[in-house]
Amino acid sequence: MTGVDVLLLALGAVAVGSAALVVGTRHLVRAGLYLVVCLGAVAGMYLVLAAELVAWVQVLIYVGAVVVLLLFAVMLTRAPIGASDDLDRPGWPAALIGGGAGLGLAALLVDAYRWTTVDLPAAGNAERIGEQVFSNWVLPFEVLSVLLLSALVGAIVLSRPDIGATRDDATGDRGRSR
Amino acid sequence: MRPVIPYVTAALLFGLGVYGVLRRRNAVLVLMAVELMLNAVNLILVTADTTARAVLPHGGQVFALFVIVLAAAEIGVGLAIVLQLYRMRASVAVDEIPLAERRAGEVEPHAGGPVPATTGGGASPAAGSAPEGQR
Repeated sequence: MTGVDVLLLALGAVAVGSAALVVGTRHLVRAGLYLVVCLGAVAGMYLVLAAELVAWVQVLIYVGAVVVLLLFAVMLTRAPIGASDDLDRPGWPAALIGGGAGLGLAALLVDAYRWTTVDLPAAGNAERIGEQVFSNWVLPFEVLSVLLLSALVGAIVLSRPDIGATRDDATGDRGRSR
Repeated sequence: MRPVIPYVTAALLFGLGVYGVLRRRNAVLVLMAVELMLNAVNLILVTADTTARAVLPHGGQVFALFVIVLAAAEIGVGLAIVLQLYRMRASVAVDEIPLAERRAGEVEPHAGGPVPATTGGGASPAAGSAPEGQR
């Protein structure tokens, strides 16, 4: 057990514990805040694993944007402050499938890797990641930009009720002039 | 570095995400559990990038970046759908969504619910304020 292992164990324990609180808490807003802790711990694991660009992108996009969007959605759907009792379905099947998937995958990976050690690569690889993205992976990169644009347009169309109404209206565009 | 530690962490995170998706009724909490699953996959990708030697260097980290972008797009569209659902039904409980398709001309079975936006252009200004009026 080196220092890296201890750090990974501690961050992994924080991530799994806060993830259990995300899926188990009865407070909607607290679920979002525990999600911040979980994503931050995973970003710390990326840092330890010498993937610093992914770690900072995780902090920027997940903690900075996705969680804020989720908290906005919690507030816009008028979530009650305090504990709410109707958040969960009665779920033995959920516990069975979730526990089976998690523990099964964990057993598979433990069996595959045992207690072997691997040398960490050198840190500071943002330049090499950038070279890879813009040489070997440039086509998926551009396709992803098109996907982001279409997701943006789709979100706008979904959240503007008048656009869908005029499209489904039998009178076509004249429905807008009323 | 022992690669089994982040791998097992990722497996447990994925299991917790599956449990959350199946267990939660609130659609926003379901989306949070989906984020947990996507993070587990990202953790697997980054760990595999540091432990395995591939032909293309750093393919795992590049894929993790792509998955993060996909997650951002997914959360944007997903929250738009959730907010539209709340606007139409004043509830985000995923087990109250009618799965059968409603035919044209049929009356909305949700008694007292706000008029959905598909019934015409004239109803759309009222759709935004309907949940407040229902309470």
